Amino acid sequence: MIRPMLGEAWLAMGANRLRTALTMLGMVIGVGAVVIMLAIGQGAQYAVQQTISTMGSNLFIVLSGFSTSAGVRSGSGGGPTLTVADAEAIAELDGVANVAPTHQGSRQLVYGAQNWNTQVIGTTPAYLDARAWSLTSGGSFGDSDVRSATRVAVIGKTVAENLFGDEDPVGKTLRIQQSPFVVTGVLAAKGQNLDGRDQDDTVIIPLSTAQRKVFGTPFVGSVRMIMVQADSAEGMERVMSNVESLLRQRHRLRDDTPNDFFMRNLSAAAESEAETTRTMSILLGAIASISLIVGGIGIMNIMLVSVTERTREIGIRMAIGARQKDILLQFLLEAVMISFAGCLLGLTLGIAIALGINAITGMVVVISGTAALLAFAVAAGVGIFFGWYPAQKASRLDPIEALRYQ
Amino acid sequence: MAASVIKVAELGKSYQTAAGEFPALRGVDLDITAGEYVAIMGPSGSGKSTFMNLLGCLDTPSAGDYFLAGENVAQMSKDALAQLRNRTIGFVFQGFNLLPRMSLQDNVALPLVYANVDKETRRARARVLLERVGLGQYAESLPNRISGGQQQRVAIARALVNEPRLILADEPTGNLDSHTSEEIMRLFGELNADGITIVLVTHEPDIAAHASRQVRFLDGHIVSDHLTGEQP
Ligand SMILES: Nc1ncnc2c1ncn2[C@@H]1O[C@H](COP(=O)(O)OP(=O)(O)O)[C@@H](O)[C@H]1O
Ligand SMILES: [Mg+2]
Repeated sequence: MIRPMLGEAWLAMGANRLRTALTMLGMVIGVGAVVIMLAIGQGAQYAVQQTISTMGSNLFIVLSGFSTSAGVRSGSGGGPTLTVADAEAIAELDGVANVAPTHQGSRQLVYGAQNWNTQVIGTTPAYLDARAWSLTSGGSFGDSDVRSATRVAVIGKTVAENLFGDEDPVGKTLRIQQSPFVVTGVLAAKGQNLDGRDQDDTVIIPLSTAQRKVFGTPFVGSVRMIMVQADSAEGMERVMSNVESLLRQRHRLRDDTPNDFFMRNLSAAAESEAETTRTMSILLGAIASISLIVGGIGIMNIMLVSVTERTREIGIRMAIGARQKDILLQFLLEAVMISFAGCLLGLTLGIAIALGINAITGMVVVISGTAALLAFAVAAGVGIFFGWYPAQKASRLDPIEALRYQ
Repeated sequence: MAASVIKVAELGKSYQTAAGEFPALRGVDLDITAGEYVAIMGPSGSGKSTFMNLLGCLDTPSAGDYFLAGENVAQMSKDALAQLRNRTIGFVFQGFNLLPRMSLQDNVALPLVYANVDKETRRARARVLLERVGLGQYAESLPNRISGGQQQRVAIARALVNEPRLILADEPTGNLDSHTSEEIMRLFGELNADGITIVLVTHEPDIAAHASRQVRFLDGHIVSDHLTGEQP
C-alpha cells in the first residue's frame, strides 16, 4: 500500500514544482538553522569543556591582600600577607590534595639569539599535580630543587617552539633576567584557558629560585597566591571554609577585621562558564526550532490548498474504493515527503554552512549524529503533525460531495 | 430464478436546500437480477443521478432499504462501503473522471492499489483491460492525449479491473458523439454478454434500446418499467 503511494506522492510533489520547492524552503531554512545553531552551541560547549579539562579539577586560589598594621592598610608598599608557611599549613588540612604557593610575572627569556617574553611561574612541584599537567619530554623539578633554589626550568610548548625551534630544549640552558636556567622538561600542550590566554606560553621554575633570582622580592617567604586542590568536588566548600578559618587564625585576625586575602573557586567559575554556554546552546536551538514550526505551518498551508484543489480527485479515488485511511495516508505521506526532502537539504546546507563558519572564523563547531537524527525525527514529526489536519480533512470528505466539486 | 443483485424498497432521498428539504427520490422500489441490462430514463431532474449514486454506495438514502447482493447497505461501515465500491461495483461517469496526472495504465490499475494487489499483477491486469477496450498502445500516455471516447473506454477498463458483478453508468455517452457512443454501447453489450449486470442512465432512446429493460423516472418516482420492445 505504502509503495505505490510513495510514487504518487512523488508525482504530486512534481506536479507543482515551484510550490513544492517554496514549501520545502521553509523546512530547509528551519532545519538548516537548527543544525547550524546546534553545531555552534555544541562547539562552544565543547571548547569550554576542553578548557576546563585542561585547567585541573576542584581548584581554588587564595590571593594575598596587603599587610596592615593597627587596622590601617599600608598600601601597595606592604608585603603580601600569604606565606609559604601558610601553604604548608593548608597542606595539613583534611581533604586537601595539592597546595602550590606561586609567584608569577612576565619576564624576557633568552636562548642564544632568540628572545621570548613569557609568563614565569615560580611554584612547587604540587602545581603540576594540581593542574594535572604532564610532560612530553624530560622531567620536572622536585621539592629539593625548591629547598635549594636550583636554577632549573620546565617550559611550555609555545616557549619551546619560539625559543628552541626544532632543537630539543631538554638539557639546554636559557636565561631569565641574566640568570641561567637548565631546562629539565617540556610540558604537554594545554591550549587556551577560559580567558583565551595561551597556557603553553609559560615557564615554570622553583618558587625559591623565582623569588631570589627572577622577581627579587624583598619579602622572601611570602607569596602572592596559593593554589589549592581539594580531594573531591563535594569537599570543595568544606576545604575552602577550613582554609579561610585557618588563615584568619594564622594571621591573627580579630572577629571584626575582614580577611586579608581573597579566595576564588576556579572550578565553580569554570562550571558557571560551562553552564552559560549550555544555556546559550539550548537557547540558540530553541530559537532555531521556531523556524521549523514556521516551516511546518507552510506545509500545512500548502497541504490545505492541495486538498481543496484535489477535492475532485479525492472523490474519484473514493468512488473506486479508497478508504478514509488510504486518503489520509496519501496526504500524510505527501506532507512527510516534503518535510523530509526539505530536512535533507536543510541538513546538507546547515552542515556546509557550519563547516564554512569553522573554516572562516576558526570557531569550534560540533556536528553530531544526534543532531542530525534529531533533525530527521523533527522533520517526520513536523510532516505528520502539520500534515495531519489537512490529510484528515481530505479523508473525511463525503464521496459524492467531493465528486461534484468543480 | 436468478438471484437479485439490487433490491431497493421505498427508497427516498431528500436534499437540504436553502428553500428547505427537497425530496429528489420519493419511495422507489426496484429489483434487478444478476445479468440484467437496465436502462434508466427520464427527464432532467427526475432523480436518475441521485438514484445511481445511492446504488453506487456513494451516497446514503434518507429513507427505505437497499440490498446489494442480498446485504443491507445501511448497516455497513464506511470502510465496507469503500470495499464494495472497489470490488463489487464499477462506476462509469459522464465526465470520465480519469486522474489527469497518471498514465492510462496507472489510471486503470488504481482500484487494484486499493485492493492491495501487487505491482506486477496490477500492471498485467491493467494491460489486459486496456487491450480489451482497444487502447493497449496508449498505456503510458496521459488522459489528455486521447479523445473523449477513448477516455470513456479507459474509464470502463478501470471500472472492470477488479472484476465487478455490477456496472453503474450515469450517462456514459452524454459527452460523446453518436458514432463514439455506439462504440461504447457495443462494449457494454459485450460486458453484459459476459454476465455482468449493467445499469445505465440515458435520456436517448437509441442508447436505451441497447438495454433489455427500461425503467422511466419522473419527479423521483418510477413511472414505467418494461422490457425493451414491449409497450409500456
Ligand atoms: N446535492 C444536491 N442538493 C440539492 N438538490 C439536488 C442535489 N443533487 C440533485 N438535486 C436535485 O434533485 C433533483 C434530482 O437531481 P438528479 O438526480 O441529478 O436528476 P437527473 O440525474 O435525473 O437529472 C433535481 O431537482 C436536482 O436539482
Ligand atoms: Mg443526472
